[in-house]
Amino acid sequence: MTDTTGPLVAADGTPLKRKLAQAMFRSRARAFGLVFPLVAFVIAAFIIPIVALLWQSVHDPRFANLMPLTTIELAKWDAVSPPTEAMAAAVVADMIVAKKNKTIGRVATRVNREVSGARSLFTKSGRSAATLEAPFMEALIAKDKKWENIKIWEGMKIASKVYNPGYLASALDMRYTADGSIVRQEEDRRIHIMLFARTMEISLIVTIACFVLGYPIAYLLSTLTTRTSNLLLILVLLPFWTSLLVRTTAWIAMLQAQGVMNDLFVVFGIATDTDRFSLIYNKTGTLIAMTHILLPFMILPLYSVMKTIPVSYVRAAKSMGATNWTAFWRVYFPQSVPGIGAGALLVFILAIGYYITPALVGGQDGQMISNIIDFHMRKSLNWNLAAALGLVLLVFVMFLFWLYDRLVGIDNMKLG
Amino acid sequence: MILKTLLTGVAAAALLAGAASAGSITVVSWGGAYTKSQVEAYHKPWIAKTGNQVVSEDYNGGMAEVKSQVEAGNVTWDLVDVEMADAVRGCDEGLLEEIDSSILPAGADGTPAMQDFIDGTVTDCAVATIVWSTIFAYDNSVLANGPTTIGDFFDLAKFPGKRGMRKNPKANLEMALAADGVAAADIYTVLGTPEGVDRAFAKLDTLKGSVVWWEAGAQPPQLLADGEVVMTTAYNGRIFNAVAAEDKPFTIVWDAQNFDLDLWVIPKGAPNKDLALDFVAFSTATEQLAAQASYISYGPVRKSSAPLVGSFHNKPDLEMGPQMPTAPENFATAIQSDFVFWADNQDELNERFNAWLAK
Repeated sequence: MTDTTGPLVAADGTPLKRKLAQAMFRSRARAFGLVFPLVAFVIAAFIIPIVALLWQSVHDPRFANLMPLTTIELAKWDAVSPPTEAMAAAVVADMIVAKKNKTIGRVATRVNREVSGARSLFTKSGRSAATLEAPFMEALIAKDKKWENIKIWEGMKIASKVYNPGYLASALDMRYTADGSIVRQEEDRRIHIMLFARTMEISLIVTIACFVLGYPIAYLLSTLTTRTSNLLLILVLLPFWTSLLVRTTAWIAMLQAQGVMNDLFVVFGIATDTDRFSLIYNKTGTLIAMTHILLPFMILPLYSVMKTIPVSYVRAAKSMGATNWTAFWRVYFPQSVPGIGAGALLVFILAIGYYITPALVGGQDGQMISNIIDFHMRKSLNWNLAAALGLVLLVFVMFLFWLYDRLVGIDNMKLG
Repeated sequence: MILKTLLTGVAAAALLAGAASAGSITVVSWGGAYTKSQVEAYHKPWIAKTGNQVVSEDYNGGMAEVKSQVEAGNVTWDLVDVEMADAVRGCDEGLLEEIDSSILPAGADGTPAMQDFIDGTVTDCAVATIVWSTIFAYDNSVLANGPTTIGDFFDLAKFPGKRGMRKNPKANLEMALAADGVAAADIYTVLGTPEGVDRAFAKLDTLKGSVVWWEAGAQPPQLLADGEVVMTTAYNGRIFNAVAAEDKPFTIVWDAQNFDLDLWVIPKGAPNKDLALDFVAFSTATEQLAAQASYISYGPVRKSSAPLVGSFHNKPDLEMGPQMPTAPENFATAIQSDFVFWADNQDELNERFNAWLAK
């Protein structure tokens, strides 16, 4: 029995299965060796930094590391009853160490994010912490009345959480409180949801505008003789090759109150000299400049798809009695859809993360979510919140991508 | 192998020797007319005296680049020109080297350094160079009978047209309260209460639709020159420079000016710390500070520099004294920017300002 059903063996007696695996392994190893540099590069230069930064949106060990005793005491506190003497003693002990290591400022910055005014309280109390004597709660309050305020202790309790949902909550206009619940942010401090919505709105309008303007151009390019279409293609590509900054600043010169467009409007009597149009430093400026800058990303995929649509199909449709419109709508248009899908997705995803153009021409109502992320990266130095906003944006774009795949199908897309 | 090690050693020694005789530091400042004044008054004389080189870079303020350099352990800047609130914050957060004030030379008249510097201008991590001010200015060829008070800046009925303002709550909230009738001395007391903040934002509300927001110091003179705004807040030196060097018809209104300091700081782990310290000591000496004031209208922080301040560098009849924020006729209603207030409240006020702006 065993002889007939035993494994097949190669000429040298090893099982054939293992021999095959050996041969496959060699070719797989070679293939892996070839792509390894690229994989390593992408992981090191792209994935690790992004994950590390996004990690900061939920992970903030600063307070817990610098004020270890306080963190332990705060964990025991229910955030409702009055702060205890043990907590005060821990704060004083931690502050003495933090003052010596010059880390008190970092603690102060962290708590100040939760409670304004905590910053000077910590730096001031830190200076005299070493001279304080028990009972510490009274000693702290004698130094500064703010220690009486339970908000300070609540702020510390929030800051002491190493895994902290506060930043993500804040990215969605909510607030994480000391007792662990999440409530809506006060009315005059809500901003992010509105900015996400505006970012969506601007991206959608820009995508539609690019499609409306780009489709006829791409059609024209694909139907003209190669000579003329190459010439026209240069006109599309030339701005594409020009620096983004140059094009944005050129729009400022064109659209500003004393700019070319407004001067023309005045000449033609559309506007009066004293009452010129506000075309820039607002949403209009952002829309115009972004549409112009992103237009090539719509035209090029459309053009390359339209180039492959045989003219004979439309002719055949017409010869069978279709009107111009029917021939276009029923025969030509469906074949250009993969180009539209590619162009629209490209433009939309580029637009949603657009930053420099809104920053320069957006004024106050043309700002997008990327501008607030930039603000927290460069100005307020609240990288945790910036990471949280980035994470929300990333998840949102992924969701749209998934939605697109369900509705249109990602395979039904051609870049050329 | 031995030969190779030997060669590397020799090469390294040669490099070190080269560095010692002619080092180079990277000095970062705000660009434009301001950096130019530093190049003329500090960089060139220091290069001539020591034989070292200075690489000058521009930035738009804030501690972000310093923070990312220090946290990445890859510091390329040796010296940065910052505002007071950032100097305090950077020092608190351990992003800056401490500067021993004993390296600062005595004043030209022999006064010890610490008495020569105006109070509060030398801190643990920073040494101030100038007093600058946020003022507002208008184009006198457009507005013949121009505004004279901060109230006029907020009065759209009397002076219709767009206003330029810095996209930042700092200075704007103070000016709004001053325009609403709060005395200079009480500004921060009022701003310290929730009602005071509401009051300042309510005043800003009256201008909201008519504001062009700027971020870089070079923008406001440009906005005025282009006719994009009829008046704008600006750094006084930038407007002065447009008037003195480019003959622009701008007038500065000093009412409710917000003055602040610019200071040198050294990022923690700066590659050429010793040279940077030498540069700090050199550039904050009496003569250099006085020399800078002949290029731009920012006041020197040393008392001994004041008598040496002369006229604009290429216009002998343009006296610099009256152009300074600290000149008595400009100073009556001046508000000193309160860095402790801003260090405590900037997170919350920035958030509120951004939300207000986006609405």
